[in-house]
Amino acid sequence: MDQILSNLSMLVDFPIVNLKILIDGIMIGAIFVLVAYGLALVWGVMNVKNLAQGDFVISGGYVSWWLVQQGFPALLGVPVAFVVMWGVGWVAYKLVISRVIERDMFTSLLATFGLAIMMAQILNLMFGSDTQSVDLGYDTLFFADGLIDVPIAKLIGVLMATVLAASVIWFMKTSRMGQAIRATAQDARAARVMGIDTEKVYAFTFSLNSAICGAAGAIIVMVWLIQPFYGIAYAIRAFVIVTAAGLGNLPGVIAAGLGIGALEQFGAHIFGIGYQQAIAVVLLLIVLIIRLIQQKRNRQVLK
Amino acid sequence: MKKLSILTVLLTGSAMLFSQASLATSDCGEIIIGSAISLTGKYAANGVHAKNGYEYAISVIKEKGGITVGGKCYNFKVIYYDDESKGDRAATLAERLISQDKVQYLLGPYSSGMTKAIAPITEKYKIPMVEAEGASRSLFNKGYKYIFAVLSTSEQYLASAVALAAEKAVENGRLASSVTIAIAVENDPFSLDIRAGVSDDAASFGMKIIIDEKLPRDLSDMSAILTKVKLLKPDLLIISGHTKGALTAVRQIGEKNIKVPMIAITHCEAADVVGNFGDTANGILCATQWSETLAYEDELFGTAAEYEMGFKSAFPEYKNKKVPYQTAQATAAVYVFKDAFERANSFDKEKIRDALSATDMKTFYGDIKFSEAGNNIAKPMVLRQIQNGVYNVVAPSEFASHKVIWPRL
Repeated sequence: MDQILSNLSMLVDFPIVNLKILIDGIMIGAIFVLVAYGLALVWGVMNVKNLAQGDFVISGGYVSWWLVQQGFPALLGVPVAFVVMWGVGWVAYKLVISRVIERDMFTSLLATFGLAIMMAQILNLMFGSDTQSVDLGYDTLFFADGLIDVPIAKLIGVLMATVLAASVIWFMKTSRMGQAIRATAQDARAARVMGIDTEKVYAFTFSLNSAICGAAGAIIVMVWLIQPFYGIAYAIRAFVIVTAAGLGNLPGVIAAGLGIGALEQFGAHIFGIGYQQAIAVVLLLIVLIIRLIQQKRNRQVLK
Repeated sequence: MKKLSILTVLLTGSAMLFSQASLATSDCGEIIIGSAISLTGKYAANGVHAKNGYEYAISVIKEKGGITVGGKCYNFKVIYYDDESKGDRAATLAERLISQDKVQYLLGPYSSGMTKAIAPITEKYKIPMVEAEGASRSLFNKGYKYIFAVLSTSEQYLASAVALAAEKAVENGRLASSVTIAIAVENDPFSLDIRAGVSDDAASFGMKIIIDEKLPRDLSDMSAILTKVKLLKPDLLIISGHTKGALTAVRQIGEKNIKVPMIAITHCEAADVVGNFGDTANGILCATQWSETLAYEDELFGTAAEYEMGFKSAFPEYKNKKVPYQTAQATAAVYVFKDAFERANSFDKEKIRDALSATDMKTFYGDIKFSEAGNNIAKPMVLRQIQNGVYNVVAPSEFASHKVIWPRL
């Protein structure tokens, strides 16, 4: 309790620290947004709640890490992870997801949960259980007497995340495939009647999600670190963000992602870093409770 | 015809190999030891290091004439099972080794958690276990009688850093009690022991702990703690969070330009902080159970340096890295068993237990002598500082090859 109070007073005594925590949080949040956006896509279009989301992220990280081990520049890892994970996503769709897509929710949850365990163990067998990271070796920018630090590597990561998110959004808005995806999300049966090959749309959507996750993982390995069993941390946050924002609400996903990033950092500062992830889960609970209350209010009687 | 002759050559060749192999084994009997160890799961990397250490010891003992019991020679053979880095699995496998495979002696698993899971079972069946990878002091305050650990317990890991900080404070004309400490450790038995050791020593100097945080299990960002460190400016920063803790800490200490005069962490080698972050790692103090530069020696493995060379030639995959202390202590555990068998001159597990308990030997890994509780009380922990990318021993002073660089930047 004393510790919490002294941490709080630190925030008041050094107001600049608030800004620093906010910046840290938003930089972390940008990565969460990417992963959550992919999840929202798959959830909205195919109604599959992909529990293996985090493991696609970690796999992408390992693709990038492996490339660096082979002597390639680290920044190349992001596009390569995007392409490789596209392929992995497509295989996963054809092998597993396509078979459960028409079934009930539990079948798809179980299938993706199994996929998550499989992927984590395969990564563990391939690369070992050590934590890995890639150091870009860039400098850090300092502001406000060195209290605010912005590592250039993180800045690049955020920039890449923004570019990727923007191009995916642009693609969804303008391209033919993007239209087909959105049509399928609205009403799969109607889309089929209109001549859209929904099977193809599903495969494309799932691969796209996997590729986005892969790129996010490649960014993560540059700014933090990865380990075969770290996927669940990203999966949980993606679920929190999507649940909070609602499906198909892109600005909501962005706001929720950045917000969770910032709230986690504030929480870690006030309650101790051990509670950083607990905060994401507590937020999920709060969001679910609010949603329940909202639904109660909307309950109507059929006349 | 030509094909046939090649076939015959191959066949006779392999037959000769076979007969040689069987000749060697028929000379000596076998002593079967069991071990459940993490070959998959989150501890797989270190589990494999430990297993390699066991195997290397067994092969060296075999080369140098085996173990003599009752005038006959024997060799060790280990039955391994993979505990998948899960405690309940480790416990089940220990049961299976004892009741199905009829194993009478055990070598330890990797990590304090797994050892904790197995210890009640070896106690129940009265099976002596020599372990090399479980350092938590909670293993040695339960009155267990059949567990023996060759390594130093974990509360000693970073405690010497506190003494070093006090020494430096006095040298600079300050009171030792004016030193302030920041602690960030993972919430697991091992790291909590480290925290306990540091806070005990800090209390004896009257130092103040100004930051005391627990790291989460899947840590990848500790900027919240480092911001506080920047604001409160402690004299000593203690971090223990296994490989991920070391990686995260060194990366972010560099990124955020943290200027604490003394930083002590664990798992530097396992995280390869020098290889990963280069100059950023300079000046950091690392706790280690063992270092190949120490002047320890025995007749089986030679000096610590000779052990490292021998191990590298037997396991070429370690050629370009340091042999981790996890491997060295695993080898030492097998050596302790050999010594106990020869002194007991018997296969009776009670006699082996008593012989283990009376162990007092010098090895390439350090002196080994067990307390009542079974932990090794003869070997100190060593503190090394990364100086220009090289690990140099700086404490305790009787082993120090270099002077500590203070402040680190």
